[in-house]
Amino acid sequence: MISIENVHKSFGDLLVLQDVTVKVPKSKVYGIIGPSGAGKSTLIRVINGLEPVDSGNVWVNGLSVHDPKTDVNKIRQNIGFVFQSFNLYPHLTAEDNVSIAPIHVKKMNKKEAKEKAKGLLADFGLGDKAQSYPNQLSGGQQQRVAIARALAMEPAVMLFDEPTSALDPEMIQEVLDAIRRLAYSGMTMVIVTHEMGFAREICDAVVFMDGAKIVEVAPPEEFFTNPTTARAKDFLSKVLHTS
Amino acid sequence: MGYQPNWAIIPQNMNIIVQGLLITLQISALSLLISIPIGVLAGLGRISRNRFISGLAALYVEFIRGVPLLVLLIWIFFVMGRFLRLGSYWSAVIGLAVFSGAFIAEVVRAGIQSIPKGQMEAARSSGMTYNQAMRLVILPQAMRKVLPPLASQFIILLKDSSLVSTVSVVDLTLVGKNLVATTFRSLEIWTFIALLYFAVTFILSQAVRFLERKYHVVE
Repeated sequence: MISIENVHKSFGDLLVLQDVTVKVPKSKVYGIIGPSGAGKSTLIRVINGLEPVDSGNVWVNGLSVHDPKTDVNKIRQNIGFVFQSFNLYPHLTAEDNVSIAPIHVKKMNKKEAKEKAKGLLADFGLGDKAQSYPNQLSGGQQQRVAIARALAMEPAVMLFDEPTSALDPEMIQEVLDAIRRLAYSGMTMVIVTHEMGFAREICDAVVFMDGAKIVEVAPPEEFFTNPTTARAKDFLSKVLHTS
Repeated sequence: MGYQPNWAIIPQNMNIIVQGLLITLQISALSLLISIPIGVLAGLGRISRNRFISGLAALYVEFIRGVPLLVLLIWIFFVMGRFLRLGSYWSAVIGLAVFSGAFIAEVVRAGIQSIPKGQMEAARSSGMTYNQAMRLVILPQAMRKVLPPLASQFIILLKDSSLVSTVSVVDLTLVGKNLVATTFRSLEIWTFIALLYFAVTFILSQAVRFLERKYHVVE
């Protein structure tokens, strides 16, 4: 479903992705973990072309993301993206946040799109918040609206870039619950996360990154109980100790 | 004996003074209306990734900011106006609009650049084109932010519009000049006209304050 092939990327002198190759099969959930600065966020942003690559390529659903000949807007309609900082549109209600892309990108009928938006919001426990503006919602509610907004385009793939890192601790659970439900529905997903317990629970594979490289890819049980690389052991001893 | 002011001269000529004021307001409002689309386009042009468009927009803004308004008005009236048969009124409106458009362009550019880049990223991630993202997500937020500075621009425009008297538009200032020429009552007339400009700009600036409070953007 997603195939990242030999991707290199640097910001000036700083190498952020070095020969990164990984495949995410359909309906699988991959978690990307690793220390800050490892290149996790850049990697997930490379998948939908928010970040250009220096070399290599990414294939989503058989379409090349970084080929200048492909219409990246078309590919992105198939890839939902959820940001750490939500990035809801502050001038629109929750309902309009969710329906704006279906209306203008998919040319969906306005009424239909809004009905669908209400349905999606209700699915995520926000049925009574359709007419609220983002600044009237808590962080957890905003992130759930953002998830609904991404799903409104009926993507084949969902990407999450540290979806709970900007949340107050008491709101993390409601967002994780929303993501968990999606994972169990068979959605293909890639999640950059610091929530180790959550990654262990819902991921089919964990991708451990450090120093611009993928160091280890393994099923979560294996990775968390018996990491093969010294770097992963060291990382896990630090994060599991503190959490 | 000192000078004996004769304030009766004001009410006696109130009719033409009000007419001059109306022309001033009309010209300022018209040129603001025209300068907003010019400014939005030029502001968008300045941040365009197309070098030609951004260069063109930069040239416009820099050129206008480097030319005195008085010279621009005279040039449009005597050079452009001659060829296009604009007449003094439309020469003045176009001159003010082109002048103010360059300042609005900078206001709009700053407004767009003040919108967090996550907004553009979210819009593009959902499959919107750059133009759709600008039109549906960035500009509506940016315009809200630039509403107070746009209103301030109107006040500046209103004061600058006194220069159109030099291209023989009978605005408030030219009415004043004409009245002084016929009555020789410069103290009374210029004092009153200055107060009139002040009264109008004061009311407008209070309105701007109100707008600033109302549209104080909530992130």
